[in-house]
Amino acid sequence: MSAHRAAPDRIARFAVSPRRRRTDKAARVLLLAATLIALVPLVLIVYYLLHEGLSAWSPSFFTTDPTGSTFFGGSSIGGIKSAIIGTIVMVALASAIAIPIGIGVALWLVEYGRESWFAHTVRFFVDVLTGVPSIVFGLFIYIVLVLGTGSSYAGYKGSLALSLLMLPVVIRSAEVILLLVPSALRESALALGAARWKVIFRIVLPTALTGMLTGVLLAVARAAGETAPLLFTAGHTNQSTLNLGQFMNSLPYQIYNDVISPTPAVVNRAWGAALTLVAMILILNLLARLLARRSRLA
Amino acid sequence: MSPDTSPQPTADGSPARDAAAPLPRNVGAPPLRDIGAPLPRDIGASPPGEIEDALLPPAHPDPMLEPSHQPPTPGPAPTKAEPSSAAGRAGDVSTIKVGPEIRLEGLRAFYGSSEQVKGIDLRFPPNQVTAIIGPSGCGKSTMVRCINRMHEEIPGARAEGRVLLDDLDVYAPSVDVIAVRRAVGMVFQKPNPFPTMSIFDNVASGLRLTIARSRRGELHSRVEAALRSAGLWEEVHDRLSTPGIGLSGGQQQRLCIARSLAVDPEVLLMDEPCSALDPIATLRIEELIAKLKQRVTIVIVTHNMQQAARVADRTAFMLGGQLVEVGDTSEIFTNPGDPRTEEYVTGKFG
Repeated sequence: MSAHRAAPDRIARFAVSPRRRRTDKAARVLLLAATLIALVPLVLIVYYLLHEGLSAWSPSFFTTDPTGSTFFGGSSIGGIKSAIIGTIVMVALASAIAIPIGIGVALWLVEYGRESWFAHTVRFFVDVLTGVPSIVFGLFIYIVLVLGTGSSYAGYKGSLALSLLMLPVVIRSAEVILLLVPSALRESALALGAARWKVIFRIVLPTALTGMLTGVLLAVARAAGETAPLLFTAGHTNQSTLNLGQFMNSLPYQIYNDVISPTPAVVNRAWGAALTLVAMILILNLLARLLARRSRLA
Repeated sequence: MSPDTSPQPTADGSPARDAAAPLPRNVGAPPLRDIGAPLPRDIGASPPGEIEDALLPPAHPDPMLEPSHQPPTPGPAPTKAEPSSAAGRAGDVSTIKVGPEIRLEGLRAFYGSSEQVKGIDLRFPPNQVTAIIGPSGCGKSTMVRCINRMHEEIPGARAEGRVLLDDLDVYAPSVDVIAVRRAVGMVFQKPNPFPTMSIFDNVASGLRLTIARSRRGELHSRVEAALRSAGLWEEVHDRLSTPGIGLSGGQQQRLCIARSLAVDPEVLLMDEPCSALDPIATLRIEELIAKLKQRVTIVIVTHNMQQAARVADRTAFMLGGQLVEVGDTSEIFTNPGDPRTEEYVTGKFG
């Protein structure tokens, strides 16, 4: 076993073999190729969105409702005001439902449920819900609140479907952040003689808050981009409305409607709406990242 | 403060000392509920000025702290009562406070089915520092965490036996665990200021977390008193609004001590408070301990035998969940009665 002593050139002992050099190069090229292939559609999507969408943007695009007339094209087709308002209103209501409940569930899981069988069951079902296709949430609300009550579509029903979609995402992301809160903080607060609920709301929650916002905003962004849960819950209308009891337009639904039109101007409006949606979600994501950077836990 | 515990001035203007009224040292800390009032206890009449550094929190009864409980006091009106009781309490600043005696009787502690503390009988004399030494995993921390009932916060953990604070069993069924923890403060191994809070808010947190509403001025004076007691005031008084986690490790630990002192505990449990600190910061904490024992009973868990020798009046040696020996610190270190103690303190094992 004294081969290295026999080697005339001591440096050669550490030289990389040509074979290993080749394998390394091959691995590098393969992985780079995979990355580039993945980048192609991403770049194309952004390119087409900007290319097609920006030409549809104009001040009146954001300030007028769709007219419903698609035959003549041009400015007579209207803008996407009702879709923007509908998306904002419905997602806001969905967030108002899903975020407090989701954070509540996460707090229960981390602070009270811990390793109990019930907590494990809850976690299992939350995981299952995360994987449920979004249209199933729409179907559920359709069966319960549209067929079940014999009433028509309404904005709030769309919101409920979206909130069901958001709930598992909020729960899981909040739980991860809450688990990061050092248990030493809980202990020292408890040792001061604080009641458990006060420890949770005054110490644990503030410490975790900025970290949780990231996950919450990602859930909001996901809900804002969903068409399927809204198809047969909120329906479609051209008119702007803040009334959640009525049919309500939304950006994804508007895109879905417009993109199958034979009129080029209407298809162009779909691109404009898609760009608007992406811009809104991008802004949300940037906000989430900014908050995450300020977070003490992230 | 519940009505029945406000010190009622007697005719001579001094706080009543009958069994129904707690001692002035309990003022500001809620009583252990349903386990009767603390036994009357002599208030030492030491010469003034002895512990000026250890400023006591404001001593008069704090009617603002739990406004909902403010009684329509029968007898002397509160407004009239305050000057007299404040005067009576003013003497406390220069009076040695009396911490409770702690007694463990047959204390056993479990994690699930594993028994970590196997029946300990131990007495911690009032206003003394008792050090707990022993090798890792011998149950020192577990035993100490039973005194303020923090042990049970760990899922699956439970304790048996009795822990008596001046004859009041903290494990009695009717005892409010929260009241126990207000009376028994705890300082942990790693300094752990609340990361979202400023220095001021950290110290005030105990008051804010445990008491319904505090008046701002009152809060400020109590925070200052606690910081002075912890020897931190001079270093931080001009940056109270900066984050607590911006301090050095030793300062953070003193901040945590101040946070515990702010709620005016009667006992201070310290679980290896210096193990994360450098020697100079350790020295400052040790000086602080010597000062604080004049107002609280102190139990300190330590791995550092020199530290035990420096700060503790009494030392207890634990091994495998059992108490091997307890006695005066000098006795334990120079003339231990048990060969295992001798082996441990001379560094033969552990």
